[in-house]
Amino acid sequence: MHLTPVITKHWDEPDSFTLAGYKRHGGYTAAAAALKQAPDDVIATLKESGLRGRGGAGFPTGMKWGFVPQNDGKPHYLVINGDESEPGACKDIPILLANPHSLVEGIIITCWAIRANHAFIYIRGEVPHPIRRIAQAVEEARAAGLIGKNVMGSGMDLDIVVHGGAGAYICGEETALLDSLEGRRGQPRLKPPFPALAGLYASPTVVNNVETICSVPYIIKNGVDWYRQMGTEKSPGFKVWAVAGHVNRPGIFEAPLGITMRELLEHAGGMRDNRKVKFWLPGGSSVPMLLEEHLDIPLTYEDMVAAGTMLGTGTPMVFDETTSVVKAITRWLEFYKHESCGKCTPCREGTYWITGTLEKFQDGRGDAAEIDGLVELCDQILGRSFCALGDAAATPYPGALKYFRNEFEDAQTRPVDDAFDPSATMIIPSLSEVGV
Amino acid sequence: MSITDQTVTECRELAARYPQARSALLPMLHLVQSQEGIVNKAGIELCAEVLQLSTAEVNAVATFYTMYRRTSKGGEHHIGVCINTLCGLLGGDAIYEALSNRLGVGSLETTSDGAFTLERLECMAACTHAPVMTVDWEFFDQMTIASAMDTIDDLIAGVAVTPSRGPAVRGWRAAERTVAGLDDGLANEGGGADELMLAGLNRAKELGQTAPGKVN
Repeated sequence: MHLTPVITKHWDEPDSFTLAGYKRHGGYTAAAAALKQAPDDVIATLKESGLRGRGGAGFPTGMKWGFVPQNDGKPHYLVINGDESEPGACKDIPILLANPHSLVEGIIITCWAIRANHAFIYIRGEVPHPIRRIAQAVEEARAAGLIGKNVMGSGMDLDIVVHGGAGAYICGEETALLDSLEGRRGQPRLKPPFPALAGLYASPTVVNNVETICSVPYIIKNGVDWYRQMGTEKSPGFKVWAVAGHVNRPGIFEAPLGITMRELLEHAGGMRDNRKVKFWLPGGSSVPMLLEEHLDIPLTYEDMVAAGTMLGTGTPMVFDETTSVVKAITRWLEFYKHESCGKCTPCREGTYWITGTLEKFQDGRGDAAEIDGLVELCDQILGRSFCALGDAAATPYPGALKYFRNEFEDAQTRPVDDAFDPSATMIIPSLSEVGV
Repeated sequence: MSITDQTVTECRELAARYPQARSALLPMLHLVQSQEGIVNKAGIELCAEVLQLSTAEVNAVATFYTMYRRTSKGGEHHIGVCINTLCGLLGGDAIYEALSNRLGVGSLETTSDGAFTLERLECMAACTHAPVMTVDWEFFDQMTIASAMDTIDDLIAGVAVTPSRGPAVRGWRAAERTVAGLDDGLANEGGGADELMLAGLNRAKELGQTAPGKVN
């Protein structure tokens, strides 16, 4: 399948992130066109396009916009989720660095559609440079009269605020993000009510991922038929893929949904030293792993579910046969343990239990009974946690056990660093080679 | 540096950006941390006063987020190493170990001269650029043990240190001020997309592949 640069098309121009660079290629003409349409028509266009949320869940974007009640007398808000922190996810940060104006233009269109006068861009706090870039884009747009009072003569007033977080993966969960944006601890809210009815400041709110909203101007500009030429019926359009791991040329690749991992691997120069793929994850640590035999399955929302996993953020991590599955999984669980917000018991306690047990396996002290015991524990967490973080934490281990039970059995007696030389997994010279 | 009248003014400016002032609490905590090197009693009290909250309410928020230091001041430079699975196994573990040995501190500890605070980082959203390290939260991509050590040498020598994607580092407190949302005028530094961000575009051009139709 062909690569289809859209969001990334002009990134090789040194000023791609500036207003001048963006306008050189028709920037803000989509917003101008959308603001001449009725807001409901813009929502209808997005529904017809079939664009699905790129934050991981794949919820249809136009449908989400349509949930916002109209003529309700309340302010409406758009909140952009730029809290990209999922292990493996690394596609929004590059977009913010290289094409922040597509986000600003997408925000103008979205706010027109959902009738919001205020948008917030919540970026994780640990990334000052992407924060600078998007903040500058907002200020450039303001100075050019693209946001502010009476945007492009439409009668819409629009203000955009860039907001930095402070280090909490849980704030990528949309209701935790809203609490955080209200100046509170970032813990998830009970749903319903959903944000579309009671979100930021208890007002109707749409929360969308960065890449999702960056896609909007291109859909408006080129039309639904153009958009649907790419991808599949249920997973239409283009996608910014980030390929990482034991590949020769990792990086950002833009291609339609439905491209296969084998094709992406070829674009990424293949596996290092022509080694075999041992396991890979289509989109973040929260989706179950797949094997080499799955490389030809189309990367769509529906095909990934059929294969027993999820597309997630569409940022594949690929590992070769030098990698210990036990070690990889243990490290991810240590992450969930670190990031559990503590609000609900299954996640707070469960992540500690799973991690502690896996660390024993990692040290070669695994208990045979716990190989299946951990599956039961995960079952107790999955679906019983307050939010998706708990579900995500219960996902990696059963997914790994399905294909690599032998490695957990071996780890009853043999530390994983004995079975898998860490320096072989590394892509850089080791401590002993460097002589440090 | 400590909290000044200007800090109070800037906190009020941050609060005024939002329909409800409390939304500015996280940025304000970054700002007081940039002034004090820690979120201490003075910073908590300032935030509480500006937002008309109790200090207990502000404390409850400050203790939730990992970027706020609550027990000791951060060093002049913050050195982060991603140790999540992908970066960690591809080299981050070894880089962290080398830096920890070199600096003589563990995660979230500060060297006795106050120069460096080291931290094991969770995923930094740069897996394509693994192994990733940060100095004052700027991206140092595709690091090796040797390049990490050289970076520390340069920081100690007072040589200008420029990340892979961003402006030359200016210290952790300056970065905290940027994250608080106060413009530092450095957005244009670091240039356009790097080779890894361009991997797909370059490949598409090489193969003559494009999106259908006349997309801009």
